[in-house]
Formats: sequence, structure tokens, C-alpha cells
Amino acid sequence: MNIPGDVRYTKEHEWVRVNGDVAEIGITDYAQGELGDVVFVELPESGDAVKQMEAFGTIEAVKAVSELFSPIDGTVEEINGLIEEDAGVVNRDPYGDGWMIKVKMSDASQIDSLLTADQYKELVEE
Amino acid sequence: MPYIPNSEEDQKKMLETIGVSNISDLFAPIPANLRVSGDLPLPEALTEPEVTRHLEELAAKNRSTRLSFIGGGIYNHFVPPVVWTLAMRPEFATAYTPYQAEVAQGTLQIIYEFQSHVCRLTGMDVANASMYDGATAMTEAALLAVSHTKRNKILVSETINPHYRDVLKSTIIGLPYEIITIPEKDGLTDFDILTKTIDDSSACVILGQPNFFGYLEDLDVAAKAIHEAGGLFVMVADPISLGILKTPAEYDADIFVGEGQSLGIPQNFGGPLLGLFACKKEFIRKLPGRLAARTTDVDGKPGFVLTLQTREQHIRRDKATSNICTNEALCATAATIYMSLMGKQGIPRVARLSVERSHYLAEKIKTLGDFATWQSHPFFKEFVVDCPVAASDIVAEAAKEDIGAGIDLGRFFPGFEKRLLLAVTEINTIEDCDRLVDFLARRFTGKPSRKAVV
Repeated sequence: MNIPGDVRYTKEHEWVRVNGDVAEIGITDYAQGELGDVVFVELPESGDAVKQMEAFGTIEAVKAVSELFSPIDGTVEEINGLIEEDAGVVNRDPYGDGWMIKVKMSDASQIDSLLTADQYKELVEE
Repeated sequence: MPYIPNSEEDQKKMLETIGVSNISDLFAPIPANLRVSGDLPLPEALTEPEVTRHLEELAAKNRSTRLSFIGGGIYNHFVPPVVWTLAMRPEFATAYTPYQAEVAQGTLQIIYEFQSHVCRLTGMDVANASMYDGATAMTEAALLAVSHTKRNKILVSETINPHYRDVLKSTIIGLPYEIITIPEKDGLTDFDILTKTIDDSSACVILGQPNFFGYLEDLDVAAKAIHEAGGLFVMVADPISLGILKTPAEYDADIFVGEGQSLGIPQNFGGPLLGLFACKKEFIRKLPGRLAARTTDVDGKPGFVLTLQTREQHIRRDKATSNICTNEALCATAATIYMSLMGKQGIPRVARLSVERSHYLAEKIKTLGDFATWQSHPFFKEFVVDCPVAASDIVAEAAKEDIGAGIDLGRFFPGFEKRLLLAVTEINTIEDCDRLVDFLARRFTGKPSRKAVV
């Protein structure tokens, strides 16, 4: 299982990668493995507000669906159009091409409250 | 023979297992005054011949509805006997909703065929496996619209079936949505008010074609207005009318809903009914209800599955697109048989006959001095008559002569007490129409009608 050290994690299995005041958000390798083949991801639109630990979208596998939770507060700047054409990219490259949204953070300090790679590893190995 | 054997010995064993000495102990927590003591107040059991005779006597009390002009959403179209001969085969009649979907290939196939027929009839991209009735289908369409647009206002014309509007109203109780009823004007939706009411908080506009009075509305104007405002256009239509009228797809409807009872299901005093629901492909993930699809198995053989189930409440729980997770399978089966039997020739022919006969009746009624048609708008198979007396009196008097003389509109619209809603289908012959006209002339004008011209 891939748990890279350059991102922070939520207990709901999202990851967030910070570039300046923009946060790139996706789901973890563990999450995509548990869901199985992802068939559809419902994402917000650019300009929509997201709030920490509130749902910003849903992810659908063949026989399961779950909500996507935002790790931080902010405004959606960009969504990954690739997912609409090919949701399987979330399975193949969850930390790369499978990213979901980019959010302009309104409170960058919220990042500190998120799990580190080590803490997340502990969580999923429980 | 009992379905599950429950012998004295079984009972004893069960009681022993749970440590109770007799069955009545199980009811001890219920206060004695709430329990029935002694036998239930039922008549003595009858023998089989006695039961048969009793049922025959009850059946003999039924009044014939052959001469009926009662519509209002449920119509007296001809049901070819082959429809129910096939639909009542045990494979169809006893099959329940396919929980273990893929083992019920036959059930899935007929759902798939039903959906395909509905799509062909309406021109829409995708249809579901059916809903309870037209009213619930319309309500689900409104819920899809508010969910998709994230807007909270549902605009519905007063010319939509009042029962449908009631179901919509009771369904959204407690939800943060608002229903705005666009008033009726001279038998049609008041389009001035409609276009002024539409704004960027309108989730959808719901209009009927034909409307509840049978009249045809100018849906193009409404579709354009709501689309320009970013809302959805929901069209309620009579499926039989689609044989000759513009389809929902041609009106650019986002969602089509309708009552499918006309498609091979008897009137049955008002039910069971069959809700039709179809929409554009872009709303497929918000579609309520079940959806069957055709696919190929691992060996490349064709087969059927229930698809996009993550919309449904057995997976998505409280976030499901709808709380309806079943369908009207038997009625949908009958409708599928009806549609495949009637086909591209049959349905337009039924529609044309309904138009011809209803217009014949309307013209005849106009010759009765004291009666008039309410409006001169184009209509399909139903129209409104202005009467010299209360419509309820006409309905009551006609019933005594075994004539179903339509619906008293005063029941639904204050001030419409002298208006009668009449429906005419291919089942009503010219002679039937003449009989109704003679009745009206004889009882309510004092002068006999002119001899019928066939």
C-alpha cells in the first residue's frame, strides 16, 4: 500500500498536497483499494465553497458509494476533468492523475490538524 | 395446507426452547382489556359451494361501466385479452422485485424491454423500470429537479391533475422546497404569470400535455423560458397521445412522466396504476427507481443486470436519489405486452380514434342548446362541457342509467360546479356518444337531440 510522505491525510481517507495557498485533494491508495473499480466521481464546480470535514462530492464504485470529505476550508479553483472521462484513473494513480479538486485555502493552519503519513499508516493498519 | 408447518409438537419445542409454558404467556405484557377474549366476531365458515354462491351474488351487484366517459387520468382504453393472458402467466404474476437481480433474467429482460418501449414512445434517452403511478413519478421528477439544480422552487401548473399536485404537496412536507402553483386561465396555464414567475431560483416547471382538462398547451414557450433560466422542464403526458402528438423529446423536455394505465391496464376503480419516468441521459445518476441494462457475461453471452444501483437506498441509504426502490412490475409487464402488440401502427390508431370520437361527442353536445363546450382550444380525448345544472347532478342521474357521465370539476376547482370533464376513447362507439347525448337532451334540456348522423 502506497502512503507517500509529501501529503497529509484525513481519517476519511482523503489526502491533501499543499502548493502555496492551494490544496490539491484526492483519495488514498488504501481507499481506492477498498472501494474497488471506481465508475463515477461527482465533483463540485469551480467557485463552490468547501468546508473542513464536510462532503464535497461522492465517489461511486460498482456496488458501493461514499462521500468525499474536504480536509480544509476554502474555494474550489479547479476540478480534474480527466476523472469525468475515465474514473478508473482514481484506481490507477490515486496520488497523481487521480487528484480530484484544487482548493484555495482560507485557513492554511488547518493543515496542521491533519494526519501525517505515519499517523495515517497507523490508522489503516489497525 | 399451511405454508409453514406449525404443528403442536413444533410449538411445544419452541416454547420449551424459550422457556415459556404456553403461548398465552407471550401476550401477558398486553393489558387484558386490549386483548380479544373468546372467538373473533366472524360469521360461521361456509362450504365451497356456499362461498361460490356468495361471491356470485356480490359480483351481480356490480354495475356495468361499459358506457363510460370517465377519465381524469385513468382511461377506458381497450385492453386486448392477450395482454393479461400473457401477463398472468405465473412466471410474471408471482415474481417479486428481483433482490438477487441477476438470477431473474426473465424479469430483468421484460423491465429492459419496458424501458426501451417507453424511450421509443417518448423519444427520451433513458426510462426507469416504472414507479407507483403518474403522481409519484411527477413528484420524483420535481425531486430530481431540485437536487440537480440545487434550487428550491417547484413551479407546477394548476392545469396539472389535482391528485398529482396533492401527492407532490404531501411528499415535500418538511423539505426545504416551495411549490408555486401557476394559475389556470381559460383552461390553459396562464403563460404571462408563468414567464414572470420563472427566475434563477426555479428548479423546474411542470406542465401537462394534454392538461387535466384535455386541452393542448403551448409547451415550446414554457420549455424555452425555463431553460433560459437554467431550470428543468418536466412534461406530464398521456402515453397514448404520443402516438400522434409531439413527443417530450421534441418539446426538449428534461424529464417525461406520465400515467401508464392507458397501456393495457384496466381502470379497476382507480388502481393499480403504472408510473412512467424517462429523462435525458445527463440526469441518469439522479434517476429514481430501478434501472435494467443489457450487457455481456464473461463468456460474451448477452444478459441483463440492474445497473447504476448506487443511486438506490439499499446502497446509498439516506442519500439515495429516491425512496422508491421497487417498481410496478406486473403492470409494467402488461404495458410492455400492450406496447409491443400495438406497436407503431396501433398506438397512433388508438390515439386517432380517440381524437375522432371525442370530437364527434363535443360537436354533438354543442347542438344541445343548453350545453356548450367550455373552451375551443385543441384537445386530445378529453374536454370540458358547460352544463345548465350542477355537473354532480348529471353524474348522479347518469349513474342510474349505467352511464359514467364524466367527472364533476367542482370537486377540484371552486366555481366549476357546472363543468363536466368528459373522456372519449376508441372503446366508445358513435352509438355510445349518441346515447350520452340523448340522455343529456332527454333529462337536462327538455328537447330530444337530433338523430345521430354516423
